[in-house]
Order: sequence, then structure tokens, then C-alpha cells
Amino acid sequence: MANAAAGSDALHGAAIIDAIKASGIGYILSVPDIVTSSGLLAPIARDTELRLIRVCKEDECIGIASGLSYCDKRALILIQHTGLFDSLNAVRGIAVEFKQPICMMVGLLQHDPQLPPRGSNRYGVRIVEPILDAMGIAHHLIRADADVAKIRPAIDAAYAEPHAVAFLIGRSPA
Amino acid sequence: MMKRDECFRLLARHITDEAVVATYSSAVDWVGIKPRALNYTSIGAMGLDSSHGLGLALGRPDRRVVVLQGDGSLLMNLGSLVTIAAAAPRNLVHLVAQNDTYEANGGHPIPAPDVDFAGMARAAGYAAVYEFSDVEVFAQQVAHVLEQQGPVFATLHVEPSKPLTYDYPSLYDPAKRKAFKVAWMS
Repeated sequence: MANAAAGSDALHGAAIIDAIKASGIGYILSVPDIVTSSGLLAPIARDTELRLIRVCKEDECIGIASGLSYCDKRALILIQHTGLFDSLNAVRGIAVEFKQPICMMVGLLQHDPQLPPRGSNRYGVRIVEPILDAMGIAHHLIRADADVAKIRPAIDAAYAEPHAVAFLIGRSPA
Repeated sequence: MMKRDECFRLLARHITDEAVVATYSSAVDWVGIKPRALNYTSIGAMGLDSSHGLGLALGRPDRRVVVLQGDGSLLMNLGSLVTIAAAAPRNLVHLVAQNDTYEANGGHPIPAPDVDFAGMARAAGYAAVYEFSDVEVFAQQVAHVLEQQGPVFATLHVEPSKPLTYDYPSLYDPAKRKAFKVAWMS
């Protein structure tokens, strides 16, 4: 029983990468995030089907993704929630006011995956969803493999309308 | 010392189907000199012009992208020099008008004058780096600069301009963003 519960809670980076590719993403824009470092960023760096652009500061990703969108190229921004906070003015201007299709995958640093982000013991994690809500940005919690199915339709919707979307990674992917 | 609008008039003679990414004072001068659908002025956050330009250059390696950035903007995104050099888009030309002031925000000085942006770009790994302070030399070399394999960087040492009118609703007009995309993807 305990094993079954652990299995249902597992989150695999390979499943997320498959969903990213199925969403038509060709570029990953990233500053390393310890939550997704080994389970996502490392295999992405080795993946020949995705072009990884390593940036120096997270807000660069917002501009790069916007430029790529004008070329009909899809990008996913892979950052930590602290980097999201650092990028909020760029997200405000480009993603929200200019309605650009900015897709972000955000690792929740030091988050206990058994808790909802709003109930986290970490102040920084607790305020992520309220900030996104205040900015009108769609967000989805990715905590287990069952949540991965949310990724493709949300990215398709972000590029179709267009609008921004954030996937909150609630545990380190295996 | 050169004038920014004077440099942009010289640059405009050589611009055909390139995307030109510009913001704040550079955008005001540029769109006044060369209004066209391929101007990209919806930057959204100060300093990100170089990052937008990188995205455009990566997405359309068959088209050339020219970024017109101010020194205050580059200071807000200095890391982009390293990011751009590492991504190494051959089709990106990054011009920085250095007047040592935050011109669009009241003309206050940048934290330190005479910052060596060209030296920083060279150290970051740009493929070609230039620096101009004589308009006659710039006039002679601007075509050469635009033709180099990128990423190309050039500092234009300019004096603060006369007071400008910043028409942000026009610069950020959604219709212009749509027109840009149509022109860029045609």
C-alpha cells in the first residue's frame, strides 16, 4: 500500500520532457533551478531535439521567448520561483500587458510536496500562486505524473490566445 | 562626439529587410527616421531589448536583426552580453548608444561614466566588436559593421539629445506588433 502511494506520487522528468516535446516546444530557456536540476535540466541539456539557451538572469528568458514567438517558435522557460519573482516586471510588461505566449516551468524551492503551495512552510512558496492570480496568469501544479497531462493543452492554449502560463513543479522530478 | 539621430540616419541608409529592435530614446529617434513595419519597439521592460533581439535572431537565422539599445538599458541587462555571445547568433547586430545618461528618465547620469561596453562585449565573446566616436568614421564603416558575421557589437559614443517626446502608446501599439509579425514572417 505504501509502495502504491509512493508510485502515484512519483514525478518523472522523462514524462515532462515528452509532454514538452509534444507541445511543440523547441527551445528551453533556463537559469538552473535545484528542484529541476537533475531530473529535467540535465536530461534536457543532453537532448538533441531541444535547444537549451542558458541565460544569466531569468528576465532575459521573457524577452527571448517573446522574440521567438514572433518567429512562430515555441519556448519553455525553466526557472526557480525566486527567478520568477526577479522577473515579475518583465512578466508584467511582456506576458500580461502585451499578451505574449510566455510559458514558464517554475521549481518551488524547498517546498514540501505533501502540502499545497499556499500552505507551504516557506513564505516564498506560499506567495507564488497569489502573485500569479493577482497578475491573471494561469498556473498548474505539477506534483505527480498524473499532472503531466496538463502541460500540452495549457501550452497550446497559451500560444493560441495568446497568454502566459506557469507550471509549478511541486517536487523534484526523478 | 556624435549625435544619436545622426548615426541612425546613416544606419537607415543600409537597413532593408532587417528587424530593428529599439526602445526608449533610441526607439523615438529610430521610428522618426525610419518608420516601418519591421520596427520592434514593444520591449515591455527596460533592458530586455537585447533579449528580444536574441529571440528574433534565433527564430529566424535567415533574417538579420539589429538592436538599438541605450547604455542605461544595457546596464540593466549586462548578462545578456554573455548569453548572446554564448548563443552566438550570426545574424544579430547589437548597437549601443552611449551618452552616459538615463535620458528617458530625466537625464540623470548612469552610475559611472565612460563604461567600456565594447570591452565587455569583447570579453563576453562577441564575434566582432567596434567602437565609434567620429561620425565620419561611422559613415564609412556602418555597412561593413552590418555585414559582419555576428554576434556583432558596437558602441556609438553620442551626446545626450535634445528633449524627446516619448509616445509610448504608439511605441507599444498592439497593431504595430501584429504588423511586425506579418512583415517578419513574410
